[in-house]
Amino acid sequence: MLVTTIINGLVLGGTYALVAMGLTIQYGIARIMNLAYGETIIAAAFLAFVLNGALGIAPLPSLLIAAPAGFALSYVIYGLMLRPLVRRSGGGAGLEVNSILATFGLLFVIQGIMLVLFGGDYISYSYMNFGVDVLGASVAANRLLALVLAVVLGGGLYLLLTRTLWGTALRAVAVAPQSAPLVGIDANRAARFAFALGGALATCGGVVISMYQTFTASSGVIFTMKALIVVILGGVGNLAGALSAGLLLGLVETLVATYVSPGLTLAAVYHIFLGVLLWRPSGLFGKARR
Amino acid sequence: MKSAFVWVALVLVLAALAAAPFFMQAYGLGLLIGLMGYVTLASAWALFSGRTGYISLATVAFFGIGAYMVAAFNEVLPYPLVLVVAALAGLALALVVGLSTLRLAGVYFVIFTFGLAELVRQLVTWYEINVTGTLGRYIFMSLGPEHIYWQLLALAAATLFITWRIDRSRLGLALRVIADDEVVAAHLGINLARTKLALFALSSVIITLVGAVQAPRWTYIEPAIAFNPTVSFLTLVMALLGGASRLWGPVLGAVPLFLLFEWLSANFPNHYSILLGLLFIAIVFAVPKGIVALVETRFRTNERAFRPVAMEAEGKP
Amino acid sequence: MTATSRRAILRTLGISVCMFAVAAAAPAVSQERTSVKIGYAISKTGPNAGGAGITTLPNYELWVKEVNEAGGLELPDGSRLPIEVVEYDDRSSAEEVVRAIERLATQDEVDFILPPWGTGFNLAVAPLFDRFGYPQLAVSSVTDKAPEFVQRWKRSFWMLGGGSDYTDALAGLLKKTNDEGKINNKVAMISVADGFGIDLVTAARPSFSEAELEVVYDVTYPAGTTDFTSMINEAAGSGADTFVAFSYPPETFAITQQAQVAKFNPKVLYLGVGTGFPNYGADLGPNAEGVMSLGGIDPNNQANTAYRKRHEEVTGRAPDFWGSVVTFASLQMLQEAVKRRGLDREAVSDELSNGTFETVLGEVKLEDNQLRKLWFGGQWQNGNFVAVAPVDREGVSQAIMPKASWQ
Repeated sequence: MLVTTIINGLVLGGTYALVAMGLTIQYGIARIMNLAYGETIIAAAFLAFVLNGALGIAPLPSLLIAAPAGFALSYVIYGLMLRPLVRRSGGGAGLEVNSILATFGLLFVIQGIMLVLFGGDYISYSYMNFGVDVLGASVAANRLLALVLAVVLGGGLYLLLTRTLWGTALRAVAVAPQSAPLVGIDANRAARFAFALGGALATCGGVVISMYQTFTASSGVIFTMKALIVVILGGVGNLAGALSAGLLLGLVETLVATYVSPGLTLAAVYHIFLGVLLWRPSGLFGKARR
Repeated sequence: MKSAFVWVALVLVLAALAAAPFFMQAYGLGLLIGLMGYVTLASAWALFSGRTGYISLATVAFFGIGAYMVAAFNEVLPYPLVLVVAALAGLALALVVGLSTLRLAGVYFVIFTFGLAELVRQLVTWYEINVTGTLGRYIFMSLGPEHIYWQLLALAAATLFITWRIDRSRLGLALRVIADDEVVAAHLGINLARTKLALFALSSVIITLVGAVQAPRWTYIEPAIAFNPTVSFLTLVMALLGGASRLWGPVLGAVPLFLLFEWLSANFPNHYSILLGLLFIAIVFAVPKGIVALVETRFRTNERAFRPVAMEAEGKP
Repeated sequence: MTATSRRAILRTLGISVCMFAVAAAAPAVSQERTSVKIGYAISKTGPNAGGAGITTLPNYELWVKEVNEAGGLELPDGSRLPIEVVEYDDRSSAEEVVRAIERLATQDEVDFILPPWGTGFNLAVAPLFDRFGYPQLAVSSVTDKAPEFVQRWKRSFWMLGGGSDYTDALAGLLKKTNDEGKINNKVAMISVADGFGIDLVTAARPSFSEAELEVVYDVTYPAGTTDFTSMINEAAGSGADTFVAFSYPPETFAITQQAQVAKFNPKVLYLGVGTGFPNYGADLGPNAEGVMSLGGIDPNNQANTAYRKRHEEVTGRAPDFWGSVVTFASLQMLQEAVKRRGLDREAVSDELSNGTFETVLGEVKLEDNQLRKLWFGGQWQNGNFVAVAPVDREGVSQAIMPKASWQ
């Protein structure tokens, strides 16, 4: 029983981790608190749904379309909308408020476009919905895929960020955007790249999630919220932290649902979240930065 | 002389607003209620967030608690007492939250308050289901919309008056220092924690009361209705648009935005979201420091010679 | 702030207040009637948009289109006036929906107002419909308090029954099947912590205990839950042959999928809102067979079949199998009442209360302002969501229990 619960928790946590990784990069490195993050996920989910239904392209191959599309779109959005704000703030505190407001606007724009295109209906289809036996627990293949993808993408990017020169440059921008140019790093380009990379991760998450989760044009906020919790718990900008925090949240939810009461899963999550914020504002796995 | 004139003008405007229900149809009054609700919310929000720099997204937590208190007690207690209970509940929550969180800085506070609103909603839901056994509550009160409006108007006037008093007091000066630099403030001997807590509590109680006053209009309350997160976001955007650190800023943000939302949703029901979003983005680019600052800049260029020195001190966000 | 700028601000404020007062007080221009104004406020955005977009809005649009293509609403003198629609988005906010109704009633002065979506919002606007004298044909609200509300608001009509109607019907079916020895008397039940789920689960407890069914698992989960594996495991381990979930659409789909993955095969599977959506059956194919829920249709009712076809042609998608057809029927009742009594809202309300109407549901007559002749339980059978309760009503299908295992 306990083993089953733990495995189910990890699988659920895989989804959370997958959803959160893009945001932690966008927020941690590009320093943009992107409130429209969830809408990117939903847009990708719609894309997968349409490709699957209209063109018969299965969700897995459509990752190859969605990820570059997410990258390109986020790249353009950063250049058009966010870069001027970054320039204006000059690295000051104003950027936080401005980026929250601007991406809040973006949230409505993307959501509105999806509403016009697809209406407000619940969308669901199923793909890879069969059980896979993991240590005696039957786990949905599509959810397992989310976990695997989270681990692969998260782990891979983590290695890239920590082991390569390119990754070091990105992290340098995250830590000290003003000083990075002194050592020859183009902070603007790095931030723009990081934002786009976050967008690509978000679309990957959206495609995978659409296989098993019902969504509507308005449900992006839920994902932003979940992602935000994971990002803060894991430490902003910390990929390995996001991965661990996502898995942890999944475990907490399943354990509470099994041993306490399913009615208190979300309350437990928020308790932990608020507790960690008070006790270690830089996250469970983050180093104190401020 | 000048200030006497301003006071007379203010009293006249207040009287005109108070008399408005006698000349209006239900929709006009409904519009005024919504407007006054957001004017009060934005002003109360700015009273704390605009003056300390702590951006709060917990507005709807207090707003919803107020609404719930009315739903819970409207049949047991006389109405004024219900409002007192609601205010006390808001105060209690504000003190608990304030004591534990005001040491959080910057965006952590933003996110905390957002999580708080969701937590309160979850706990209320859980309590209703497991303790009372139902989710929805009914508010059957014979309180006409004009009464709701007058209460909101009084609340709005009180909020603005309190804000004005605070801005002019020693506390206001202390706050400006805190917003500038907490370390300097601490060195100057300002009791940071107590100042912030007092302000947070005050602002939260007002927000709770707005929720309590508006609730009878909905007849039926459930967590999804009372804890609608849009309230937090709209309040924040309105206050920031007008200029959160100024006395009249939130009012000048709330009035045009509220009317604009109304106009957009009536004329473009299918493209409301898109237009609203584009507008937000435009605001960030065009009015970065708020409407009040924009108006002042214009005065500064037009009436440079007449500009009194006092503005310098208040010009800081 | 300087006195100058403050005065400027006050001036602006004063002017806007005055303009406002003038605008609001301006009398409506009376003119020759060329149309019938019908208004509604509906959730086009926000969390309620999903439900409103399936059950309510498409039917409003379909009805208006059909009436206008026929030349308009017919009046007692045989003349026809086209419908002019005034629509607002309430953005899933109670304050907005209240104001929108005030606006429709006093600013736009529409002839009739169609109700918003959802139990909570129908209650929020009920006092306004009453105050302004509009009949309220509340469809998308399931409430056991309807008789009370009718007393309070004389012109309110409640068209979808109450929670205990549905749970009594289910309990009856389960008891019968238990008596036949096909299932045991144990029930595992979960419910969403939202108005709908709680209303139904509160009604279900007494219904089940009266039917001598034993509830062995009874938990509530927060709206938005996506992972049901632990609840499904608990239910599977409880030994109950019946699994009931009073759920909302996203969860209904999730529970279905996760039950398949877990190879959880209760003999009776009863799920909440969403089961009656056409794409539920389409997505699941043969696996949908035997799944039960609220609502259902009589597949041999020609009027309903024709309605479903038109709905799909006009709006591009099939209607759901529960509230949609009732929504459309309520509009037909309004149309017929106008034809008989004209645009006088008092007379139309009276006609709705006392008249008998021919609709896509068949012949409809309200009892104490409530529609009582409803299908309270349905089941997917051969790709159709057919009605299986109440069992003594004409047109009912025989429920298939136990349900076949997942394929």
